[in-house]
Amino acid sequence: MAMLEIRNLHARVNKQEILKGINLDINAGEVHSLMGPNGSGKSTLAQVLARRETYEVTEGEVLFNGKDLLAMKPEEAACEGLFIAFQYPVEVPGISNSYFLRAALNAQRKYRGEEPIDAIDFIPLLKEKMKLLEMDERFQSRAINEGFSGGEKKRNEIVQMAVLNPSLAILDETDSGLDIDALKIVSQGVNAMRSPDRAIVMVTHYQRLLDYIVPDFVHVLAGGKIVKSGGAELALELEREGYGWIEPALAGAR
Amino acid sequence: MSTMTQTSGAGTYLDAFSELEQRGSKQPEWLRSLRQEAFASFCDTGFPTIKDEAWRFTSVAPISQTVFSLPEAGPSGVTRAEVEAFRIDGTACSLVFVNGRFAPELSDQPKLAAGVHAGSLGEALAGDTGALELQLGLKLALQNDAFSSLNTAFIEDGACIRIARGTVLEAPIHLLFLSTGAEEPLMFHHRNLIVAEANTQVGIVEEHISLADGVTFSNVVTELIAAENAVASHYMIERKNRQSFHVATLRIQQERSANVSSHSFLLGGALVRNNVHPVFAGEGGECLINGLFIGEDRQHLDNYMLVEHASPRCNSHQYYNGILNDHAHGVFHGRIIVHKDAQKTDSKQTNRNLLLSDDAQIDTKPQLEIYADDVKCTHGATIGQMDDNALFYLRSRGLDENAARSLLLFAFAGECTGRIKPGPVRAHIEKLVRRALPKIIANGEAGDGGEREDKGRNWEEVG
Repeated sequence: MAMLEIRNLHARVNKQEILKGINLDINAGEVHSLMGPNGSGKSTLAQVLARRETYEVTEGEVLFNGKDLLAMKPEEAACEGLFIAFQYPVEVPGISNSYFLRAALNAQRKYRGEEPIDAIDFIPLLKEKMKLLEMDERFQSRAINEGFSGGEKKRNEIVQMAVLNPSLAILDETDSGLDIDALKIVSQGVNAMRSPDRAIVMVTHYQRLLDYIVPDFVHVLAGGKIVKSGGAELALELEREGYGWIEPALAGAR
Repeated sequence: MSTMTQTSGAGTYLDAFSELEQRGSKQPEWLRSLRQEAFASFCDTGFPTIKDEAWRFTSVAPISQTVFSLPEAGPSGVTRAEVEAFRIDGTACSLVFVNGRFAPELSDQPKLAAGVHAGSLGEALAGDTGALELQLGLKLALQNDAFSSLNTAFIEDGACIRIARGTVLEAPIHLLFLSTGAEEPLMFHHRNLIVAEANTQVGIVEEHISLADGVTFSNVVTELIAAENAVASHYMIERKNRQSFHVATLRIQQERSANVSSHSFLLGGALVRNNVHPVFAGEGGECLINGLFIGEDRQHLDNYMLVEHASPRCNSHQYYNGILNDHAHGVFHGRIIVHKDAQKTDSKQTNRNLLLSDDAQIDTKPQLEIYADDVKCTHGATIGQMDDNALFYLRSRGLDENAARSLLLFAFAGECTGRIKPGPVRAHIEKLVRRALPKIIANGEAGDGGEREDKGRNWEEVG
């Protein structure tokens, strides 16, 4: 059984069908990259998996470790081990990063029947992960993402991922807008989390990210379907040729 | 012109007033005439109606149409054990008042530092040698203020605090106003006088609590006089039962370079009116006016700010946040008057509101009257719902919906508690706010299913 099984997934937003039959299996230990032109459905897929209510699933099923993911609330999916690093992390004034993250971690531990972690044990854990992402310690007492630069927000997402330790991590355009230094730092953080027990899905526009995080599989989305799958070399091909050469395939998808 | 309702409203207070007149044989002559003038003024004015600009959004008909009696003298029956739960650690003293009267047996009055006097106004009046005459009520304009007039007419007891020149009192003074239940509606007219002389520092917590069910009308007036360079913090916490009418008036008189902060937390009551009225009478004063109101069911919480800049180079900053659920109705009316000579005034006003249900209502109204030409005045108000994106973000990390909502609400409320200096009072208020919020969240949840019974209010909205 694959960790994540997506079968014939159709979804729409505001009555417009975006996903038109996605099929994908992801196993523990694998790193997948989802690529494709704007509007192909990459981010929609990520949001559907994160259980955002604005996206309506009209057909298909998604099993996460054998459980029906589409029946879960966002918090249940998180507690089951799913994490999504958002493309646009939200600013939440008035709640500090460390308070929030400890509350989230404890909610997940409670779900798994584990004892809550107290602040004394939590702070060193948080500091260690922040150091890995080269974030100043002062960020822990700042409000969630408030006044953070784009790069700081993305790094903060990876800090959260490192602390929450999910079994399936989906990175939604985490590389967009990052300068090369930030990209290296984020990649280093993600690579440190590669493990035989964990699967990682990277949604991206750019091949550049894949120089730093080398995927096992690359999938090309177009018109709400996966039109081509391959190994890391597929990304290089895309980089070289653009998406033009998949046009015939795209036409076939329609 | 008084309407029939108003005169009959005033009329019901005549018996109580005559009764008090006979009872108060110990009172000094000046007080007797002050009270008589105040009662006459009340009879002239009558209760306000929604035709009065200052009462546009709040009908006081539920108050004017109810007959309230003064509580009977005698033992309150409240025990020290009952009071212990309400004390705040780390205070200089706690003065307890039950049904409007000082209860020394329930109060904690350790020996206070030299220069600090904190006791009962009733006792101070009985032994007055003329000092109080110079301060009590002098700065209140009774014309057109029915509630302050009524309070003055019925002055009997409250707190009398005096901080002598140069004294710094770091630990706060806690004033606890408790009301017990009764068969018939009761009224209390607490009157507090706080005098912070020059170069002093003092913090006062004024907390109003119902010990039982029962309809009460508490009409509180607190006069805070901050002399030159005094630093005073006033905290008003209202957490009365849902049958209570509560009208609180804080009149602040600031002399040169005085620095005052007023923090109001409205967490209970049926119909609550919170008047905060600072007057800058000397140059270089600073006033922080901070507040939070949390309403559910059919609570009506009205905040009326009147900030008078009468001297140059003074700063006033108002920040009020409201959280309203169910059919609750909130009001924020922020009036700022900058007099002709008050150049270089810096006045700021911000009112932010969260409406958690379709039927919750907020009226927010700035009112700026500026007669000077070199001033900075800004105002802003926001009304919104809980941010769905933020809610989803918190849930996507594993927090359930209730926990995520309560975290967001506490953060919103935290903007107000965060303006209190860290210490025992802030911890106390944060605890009360934290306790008030889950209730609101749980109700919001039930409200979605439409199954929760509407308890209704025990009074009708008129007009």
